[in-house]
Amino acid sequence: MKYGYYPGCSLERNAYAYHQSAMAVAEPLGIDFIEVEDWNCCGATEYITIDLLPAYALVSRNLAIAAKQEQNGNGNQLVAPCSACFLNLKKADHYMSESPELSEQVNQALAAGDLNYEPGSVTVRHLLDIIVTDIGFNNIESKVTKPLTNLRIAPYYGCLMVRPANIESFDNQEYPNSLDKLMKSLGAQVVDYPLKAHCCGGHMTQISENVALGLIQRLLKNAVDYDADAIATVCPMCQLNLDAYQDAVNKRYGTNYRLPILYFTQLMGIAFGMPPTELGFGKEIVDAKPVLDKIERGRLENE
Amino acid sequence: MSEEKVGVYICHCGTNIAKTVDVEEVATWAGEQPNVEIAREYKFMCSSLGQDLIEEDIKEKGLTRVVVSSCSPHMHEKTFRTACERGGLNPFFFEMANIREHDSWITDDKEAATKKAKALTNAAIERVVHHQPLEPIPVEINPNTLVVGGGISGITAALELADAGYHVYLVEREPSIGGHMAQLDKTFPTLDCSACILTPKMVDVGQHPNITLLTYSEVEKVDGYLGNYTVAVRKKARYVDEEHCTGCGICIEKCPFKVIDNIFEAGLGERKVIYRPFPQAVPKYPVIDTENCVYFQRGKCKACQLFCPTEPNSIDFEQKDEIIQIQVGNIILATGYDLFDTRRIPQYGYGRLANVFTSLEFERMVNAAGPTDGKILLRDMETAPETVAIVHCVGSRDKNYNEYCSKVCCMYSLKFAHLVHERLPGAEVYNFYIDMRTPGKGYEEFYHRLLEEGTHFIRGRVAEVTDAARNPGEEGKLIVQAEDTLIGKQRRIPVDMVILSAGIEARSDSKEISQLFKMGCDFDGFFIERHPKLDPIATMTDGIYIAGTCQGPKDIPESVSQGAAAAARVSSLISRGTVMMEPIRASINQEECSGCRICNNMCPYNAIVFHEDRHVSEVITALCQGCGTCVAACPSGIISGAHFTNDQVLSEIEGILWDVRKQPELVPGD
Amino acid sequence: MVTASPTVRAQTFLEEVVAATPGSDPHLQDCIQCGTCGGSCPSGADMDHTPRALFAMIGAGMKDQVLRSNTPWYCVSCYFCMVRCPQEVHITDIMYTLKRMAIKNGLYKESTTPSAAGFSETFIDYVENYGRSFEFGLATRYHLRYHPVKAVEMATGMGFDMYRKGRMDITPTRIKNLNQLKAILDKAKEIGGTE
Repeated sequence: MKYGYYPGCSLERNAYAYHQSAMAVAEPLGIDFIEVEDWNCCGATEYITIDLLPAYALVSRNLAIAAKQEQNGNGNQLVAPCSACFLNLKKADHYMSESPELSEQVNQALAAGDLNYEPGSVTVRHLLDIIVTDIGFNNIESKVTKPLTNLRIAPYYGCLMVRPANIESFDNQEYPNSLDKLMKSLGAQVVDYPLKAHCCGGHMTQISENVALGLIQRLLKNAVDYDADAIATVCPMCQLNLDAYQDAVNKRYGTNYRLPILYFTQLMGIAFGMPPTELGFGKEIVDAKPVLDKIERGRLENE
Repeated sequence: MSEEKVGVYICHCGTNIAKTVDVEEVATWAGEQPNVEIAREYKFMCSSLGQDLIEEDIKEKGLTRVVVSSCSPHMHEKTFRTACERGGLNPFFFEMANIREHDSWITDDKEAATKKAKALTNAAIERVVHHQPLEPIPVEINPNTLVVGGGISGITAALELADAGYHVYLVEREPSIGGHMAQLDKTFPTLDCSACILTPKMVDVGQHPNITLLTYSEVEKVDGYLGNYTVAVRKKARYVDEEHCTGCGICIEKCPFKVIDNIFEAGLGERKVIYRPFPQAVPKYPVIDTENCVYFQRGKCKACQLFCPTEPNSIDFEQKDEIIQIQVGNIILATGYDLFDTRRIPQYGYGRLANVFTSLEFERMVNAAGPTDGKILLRDMETAPETVAIVHCVGSRDKNYNEYCSKVCCMYSLKFAHLVHERLPGAEVYNFYIDMRTPGKGYEEFYHRLLEEGTHFIRGRVAEVTDAARNPGEEGKLIVQAEDTLIGKQRRIPVDMVILSAGIEARSDSKEISQLFKMGCDFDGFFIERHPKLDPIATMTDGIYIAGTCQGPKDIPESVSQGAAAAARVSSLISRGTVMMEPIRASINQEECSGCRICNNMCPYNAIVFHEDRHVSEVITALCQGCGTCVAACPSGIISGAHFTNDQVLSEIEGILWDVRKQPELVPGD
Repeated sequence: MVTASPTVRAQTFLEEVVAATPGSDPHLQDCIQCGTCGGSCPSGADMDHTPRALFAMIGAGMKDQVLRSNTPWYCVSCYFCMVRCPQEVHITDIMYTLKRMAIKNGLYKESTTPSAAGFSETFIDYVENYGRSFEFGLATRYHLRYHPVKAVEMATGMGFDMYRKGRMDITPTRIKNLNQLKAILDKAKEIGGTE
């Protein structure tokens, strides 16, 4: 199955583990990712703060290129692993189709670069969506050789993958469960904790550390209260906030969290029997070795 | 050129038409058309003076046809037909052109509007010349009435009619009448005990000589028309012989199996497999729930039969559903409402967080005959809450769910607050609302009472109910998070119990029901009334009326009023005895009929019969509703619809196209 | 009959905000002040006005106070408000509009978080000059400018950890067709567009 692929800036370095593990699991699942040629930054939540039309033009350059690339089989689907990139691409396409005025102006701008984008030409999807919807849990289960038995995973959805719903969402926007089901199909024990789709704070770590650390602490506390061994994420920003700021949270709140924060594709890779080094393990700030150890112990116990 | 003399009247309707249509011009122009004897324009044709004009002109000018160009026939076709009649003309020698709703009210373009008014008027003129004198068809009204739904609205309607001396069939889907009102404990604002005011009426219904009560029954098929409906009712098998059962209840006592009662107890309590929904059930006969009955599922037990003391035994496992055919003249639908399913709002936690309750669950809880004997307890059925939050507007006033306001929830939320204060004197109660809607008699005063009782009112729609505590004070509690908009700050209130004031929705099968009775539902599923202001209890289908919450959210006094109103309407028809129906019917030219029978199955009213001996079809005039389907379907074109003959319809079309039709043809060389 | 001709009047602040928000109607005038947004907001307790209060102020035409408010800068874009709003007001989109307006007329400087705009401006500076975002450059420039003490703390703490784990580039990446992107962005700025 072919899909257009838009990695986004984070996956190049900061979230390289996500990119590496996504590419690794794509192979056994028969997914062929075709990267958007010379893609540019989607603007995150920053460009739209400054100037609207350039923000949409920035995103639409990627949509225009993706639409042109004929190798995009499967009905011109464009997959984004990062939730922010995903929403920016989806939103640009949606608002352009709702507002002919906006579409016209964006295309005027694109024309200056000899590009053009007809809204609706590309269907933007999140990486988790294509895995659970197109590949399906049965297929995934069949590839599991090293079930994550005994591992208690708190699936963390973040915000931008499931909201807003005026642009159709593939999962419930308040209480989603697609990632829960995916983790279950990997053999893990899934922790159903109430804050699984609550905000990690996004870029607030840079704007107001107070607010950001408060949000991060709430999430960590909730996952730990429910005895999670690790959190599975679907977004580089969420992973960064929960992982790199755990120390800061501990300092401020006098807590002692040491909860590994992993990408769901990394967990898929382990379950498929791939070596951790090929899945970006070792890049996380809070060491994930305890997770790998627990998986190994679980495997030995069940043999 | 015929010999008819047409009188044409163009109405100004004040400025409604005259502001946009040049009525003088239209009148002048109309006066020049063939067959027109006189054409006038007038300010208000529907006024007495306007009608007099028509009458006088008929008499003095010998008019044989009349056209009025004004508003919609729905408004005044009857008025003008009657005026013609008074003038001595057959009322069907009248035709109306709608130059208001179809013209002046849909455009500001004066030129276009005037042009269209001419076209519509001309269409009426050309058509009316072909009209035939028709006589209305008398239809007898069967004095029996069917009331569907045995809640307070249906009960009221049934009793009003029965007391008036007319026979009523009351069909109710559940094993007992009483509806949602039977589930309630106290009713606002008087705090009357619901069962105390309801059960006497239920008993009246059960004992009334003029009411045939068919419970545990559903309507399956409806045929016929106003005054003459034939209805098939399926009386589901109770597996209890009503002739011999004394209602002693021993079978219920001895039944060894319990299930959760999702209907009457709203899932909060249990019932036996053979059961009466509640102690005061009317009728008293129990019902066996075959899906959960061990005998029906696995062939064992039979305890009920074993212990039944009557001779012969009242338990009859072989009992079958019965189809009962009834003949009625009118039907009143009072089928009630469903409660909004609060699981649709995950952030309120119903189903996931144990101590979140729906309003109906709480009603059962506070009911003295309910699963907790009226004690307010948490889900563990042991602990009393110390703090209770009541969440208004759950599923209502929300474009994500139901846009409308459910009308009664503010009042019942206040009622709940009162009951908590009453039963748990030390408890803190928080009502979270957007607006306080207390418009009825004594309602605002009830709100003041709750203020005096020390209820905490927080004006802010609840954002979420969660158990994720942020500090020790929140641990083990349900936290209700909302913005206190009157202060402008976000607040988190830790409570023990949350009650969701869920909204009123149409029954989940209301669409199917409306199709069964050949009337309509609106987008929210509520039955559509004939006129929202002036006729809320009639429908667009003659002989079918609606009452109560099936028409829209409302409280008990309004449901009672509508039930009584529907009964009054039916009563007036019955007392007239005969009603005159429009003679717009189809008829088949039997000499030309080839017997292909295509029309037979097309008729939505089953009004066409086929005569085998003569190999021809015939329309039964009394059953025909004049829909025109057979007229269009007949491949030989030998079915005609009275008042919609080919001549009439085609000349109407020609009339509209007057300016196109009369253009000279351009021939090369001209 | 007298037909009055409509008098032309100035655009209200509310109309201005609506016009500057992308896509179809953001339904701002439909707000019934229920408070669901303020109640749902993860950072709502720290805002000087809740989103709901801000909308009331917009309706009252209090442009200066609105654009001085720290509310839009505290918005985390979680979209809880927008999905729960019973009147389908596009709250998050409106927050972005208010940020843009506050930057345009400079009133953001009078809010309690004047540095927030600087973060976005620094971010897009890299995007416009390289086609990609550049975290190391962004963090360095931003923190040195607005929180110099913290900058040192971060560099030696988290920043160093990230570098050590190979999660931070110290040089930016440039896309191939940067000229194409620049042409597109320049044209977009020229058109100005829907604000």
